[in-house]
Amino acid sequence: MAEQARTAPAARPLSPHLQIYRWPVTMATSIAHRVTGIALAAGTLLVAWWLLALAAGPQYYDTFSAVARHPVGQIVLFGFVLSLAFHLLNGIRHLAWDLGLGFDIHTANRTGVAVIGLSLLLAVAVFAYVYGVKGLLP
Amino acid sequence: MSVQTPLARVQGLGAAHAGTGHFWRQRIGAVALVPLAIWFVCAALALIGAERNSAAAFLAEPVNAIAMALFVIAALNHMALGIQVVIEDYVHDEGPKIVLLVLNNFFAWIVGAACLFALVKIAVR
Repeated sequence: MAEQARTAPAARPLSPHLQIYRWPVTMATSIAHRVTGIALAAGTLLVAWWLLALAAGPQYYDTFSAVARHPVGQIVLFGFVLSLAFHLLNGIRHLAWDLGLGFDIHTANRTGVAVIGLSLLLAVAVFAYVYGVKGLLP
Repeated sequence: MSVQTPLARVQGLGAAHAGTGHFWRQRIGAVALVPLAIWFVCAALALIGAERNSAAAFLAEPVNAIAMALFVIAALNHMALGIQVVIEDYVHDEGPKIVLLVLNNFFAWIVGAACLFALVKIAVR
């Protein structure tokens, strides 16, 4: 063991990684599915806070509402809603793939673009409903 | 020592020694979460701007309380399974990996217990 001197590994060329490739739609949606999943895991804390504040009483609920209404809270909530919309729609796309549907490249690209567009639209629609229809501006 | 042949020991289990159980539970949760997540967003939207007492009264309704409990349980189960895969993909050292997998499980149970406690308290108030 001692005789085997620790030498620095030879500078061999490495296989190309993420930053080398052009981003196909399917790769972008795959990565976004994982990122939104992690974001939603963090978002479970918001759901828990909401329910606990609701259970604890009016003054705790007012604190939660004030934070949620704050511009920073609104940005976080928009991220939460967008993550949920994307993960839901792309999740349905994944379930279709599990059934063997829509697996060819052309269809997968098209459903990928559709999922990105629809999730953005859905998140904006949710906020438009709250601000416009319900008239609740932050 | 096992009297099983090497083939019998690995059949149907694969490299993770768990077969397709993880995959299958992840999909069942996903299917359940499609309607539950849509319900959750609709319920949250209906409650935005509501007074605390009317929001609590809404969640004290049996159907709403049960739907919210199912959403929380299904979401946290789906979350624990998903984050487990993320940890297994990126953390290769056995020690930190096991610690993170345990914390992932604890996180799901603690958040779940907190949510269900809150729901019970809202419902029986």
